[in-house]
Amino acid sequence: MSIPLSWYLVLSAALFSIGLFGVLSRKNAIAILLGVELMLNAVNINLVAFWRYLDPVQMAGQVFAIIVFAVAAAEVAVGLALIISVYRRRKTVIADEVDLMKW
Amino acid sequence: MTTETIIWLLPLPPLLAFFLIVLFTNKHKALSHSLAVGAAGLSWLGSMLVFARALGVHEFGKEVFESTFNWLPTGGTWLKIGVLIDPLSAVTLFFVAWTVLMIFIYSIGYHNFGQPKGDHDRAGLPPHGATVTDEKGHKHSVPSIEPMYSRFFAFIGLFAFGMYTLVVSNNLLTLFVGWEIMGLCSYLLIGFWYGKESARNAAIKAFITTRVGDVFMLLGIAFLYSATGTLSFREIFRPEVLQALATTVTPFFGLSAAGFIGLLLFIGTIGKSAQWPLHVWLPDAMEGPTPVSAMIHAATMVSAGVYMIIRMFPLISAGWEPGTPLNPTMSIIAFIGAFTALFAATIALAQNDIKRVLAYSTISQLGYMVAALGIGAYVAAAFHLITHAFFKALLFLGSGSVIHGMEHGVLHTGDHSVDPQNMFNMGGLRKKMPITFWTFLIGGFALSGFPVLTAGFWSKDEILADAFGRGHWAVFATLALAAFLTAFYTMRQITLTFLGGPRTKEAEHAKETPWTMTLPLVILSVFAVGFGWVGIPEHFPLIGGLLPNWFHEFIGPTLAEVPEAAPFSLWPLLTSLCVAVGGLFFGWLVYRKVKSPKQDFLQIPLLKNKYYFDEAYDFLFVRPAYWIAETFTYLFMDRAVIDGILHTVGRAALGLGSFLRNYIDKPVINEFIGDGTGNVVKKAGSSLRRIQVGRIQAYMIASLTVIVIVAVAYYLLVV
Repeated sequence: MSIPLSWYLVLSAALFSIGLFGVLSRKNAIAILLGVELMLNAVNINLVAFWRYLDPVQMAGQVFAIIVFAVAAAEVAVGLALIISVYRRRKTVIADEVDLMKW
Repeated sequence: MTTETIIWLLPLPPLLAFFLIVLFTNKHKALSHSLAVGAAGLSWLGSMLVFARALGVHEFGKEVFESTFNWLPTGGTWLKIGVLIDPLSAVTLFFVAWTVLMIFIYSIGYHNFGQPKGDHDRAGLPPHGATVTDEKGHKHSVPSIEPMYSRFFAFIGLFAFGMYTLVVSNNLLTLFVGWEIMGLCSYLLIGFWYGKESARNAAIKAFITTRVGDVFMLLGIAFLYSATGTLSFREIFRPEVLQALATTVTPFFGLSAAGFIGLLLFIGTIGKSAQWPLHVWLPDAMEGPTPVSAMIHAATMVSAGVYMIIRMFPLISAGWEPGTPLNPTMSIIAFIGAFTALFAATIALAQNDIKRVLAYSTISQLGYMVAALGIGAYVAAAFHLITHAFFKALLFLGSGSVIHGMEHGVLHTGDHSVDPQNMFNMGGLRKKMPITFWTFLIGGFALSGFPVLTAGFWSKDEILADAFGRGHWAVFATLALAAFLTAFYTMRQITLTFLGGPRTKEAEHAKETPWTMTLPLVILSVFAVGFGWVGIPEHFPLIGGLLPNWFHEFIGPTLAEVPEAAPFSLWPLLTSLCVAVGGLFFGWLVYRKVKSPKQDFLQIPLLKNKYYFDEAYDFLFVRPAYWIAETFTYLFMDRAVIDGILHTVGRAALGLGSFLRNYIDKPVINEFIGDGTGNVVKKAGSSLRRIQVGRIQAYMIASLTVIVIVAVAYYLLVV
């Protein structure tokens, strides 16, 4: 017996919400980045689940998910590099303390 | 060369001389006068050649020398200009050539060629004399050379060009061109000594007064052209054209077209030949150097006026037959001529300036010619024109010689307060200046009409005989009286100047002038005597018929109908004998003892002041003109109206500008749009910057909130 689609969607939504919560609640920039990764992967689950259940002939869902991986990887690289750079200058990775743009 | 070619070339040498002197030889005095005299000589030679060939033509009145070419296309036809020598212009050419050449030669001596430069002479003023030291160390005052010597010869060259152009023209247009060139030259030469205010004023007066006449003449030419479509004399004078002009009625005073055009052209003559009421410029023209006076009074300018009106005689007399009453235009001409002859003669009685007497005698004699033409005495008018040109040139050059001699006396005594032109300062000059005296005597006798010998007698007698023979008693009486006065003032002049003893030291030291001045006098006096003999009436007692009346036979055929010579009558002859001899005798009788103006019973203020014509014109025309210029044109028109309009426009623009600035630019554009936009943006910015907290989570919450709101709104509104 196969698992119904809605379970995946619930999982994905839960994962997305956990990621969003992490992004909004954590002060550490690395943790925020982790939250973003969780949200991205929640989207991936969504994409793959929809592909598998609605249109398994086309490869679009899988391809989309792979592109999101790649983008996420690049994003992590850039994000970590930024964080390291910020840390080197200001000796902190706490997002609230990097507030030069504040009015 | 064909005769026509020579005629075409006649006016050119003086013009060339003018340009050469002006452009190249202005600094070189001898070269300048050589050029001018050489040019006058060339024109003289050509004129004599043409005259001689004209004499050789049988029936010259019909077989004239004429050559034309197309000048301006006027629609389908051409305006033609050309040259014409017919009997009238041939004899005019004869006297113009002679007098012009003589005046040119005379000018060399008159302007003291060969004398040193003046001590303090300035251009624009007559030379004051120079001081030279002889070998013994004595200092002498001698005449000095004219500072603007070359300029003078350039101008008279141009003057001669104008006259030659006028004489050889076969149409009114080129005649008018020559006419106006002479008007310009008279202005330039009367004002030659422009340093003197009186000379400047005289130049302007001459120019403006003659211009009054010229305007009417131009109107006449325009009318003639519109009426006939041609300006050529011989085409206008065709019987059918004249007939048409004589029968066309114009709205002006009920005159025929021919009469009205003739009247307009005659007004040109009034201005140019100084007839009353435009005579005022001529006496003032004496301000110029004396050769110029001779040029204006004898050879060119005033003769041109009479020549033109004689030329236009067929037009003026169109529709008139000899023996019938005069047509209105001819009556006016006769009246003005006769009136001027008497009027000017009376003024001449009271003048003390030797040249002014001659000036008024010129006006008077021109009046004779005009009157003669007015009564239809065509040949007599032409005859008097020519004899007058000779003896008046002689008289003017003679008076210049006298003045020159007197100036010598003035330089000798050094008393510059003595006026060398005032006849009461002279006296006894016959011994000091014999050549001048004898030639002046001949000229004066010719002017008075001294019987039988002089040219003036024959021409004047012919005019009187014509007036008598045609029954114009008023004209006859007026002219006879004028002739008496002429003889009287001429003898007064001769007596005061030459006879008796010297009245001043200056007159004692007067000296005969150089040969360049006396030679022209001698030559002209030959003509002043001899030229009368070509026109002796056939039936004159004793000598009539010895010589043929060549002049009448030659000039007469210029007209289509050869005029008949006036029938001989003893009365006019006796009259002219009496008035001439009587006038001369009384002139001598009265003035032989007169020493000063106080003893002169004719020094009447009315005559001395020329009937107050200058004052009247000043009051009637000059002052109103100034008044109009000042009050109306300047103060009212310029300052009030024109300036007012400009200022109003300016103020209106200013008002509009400040309205736009205060009510559109400043409030709307600047404050509302310009500043308003800025303020709104600024306010929005300062309000909105509060949400820029700089915390990444705050932004994310904001984004999330918006997304949620939008999503909920979308869900509620759309789905």
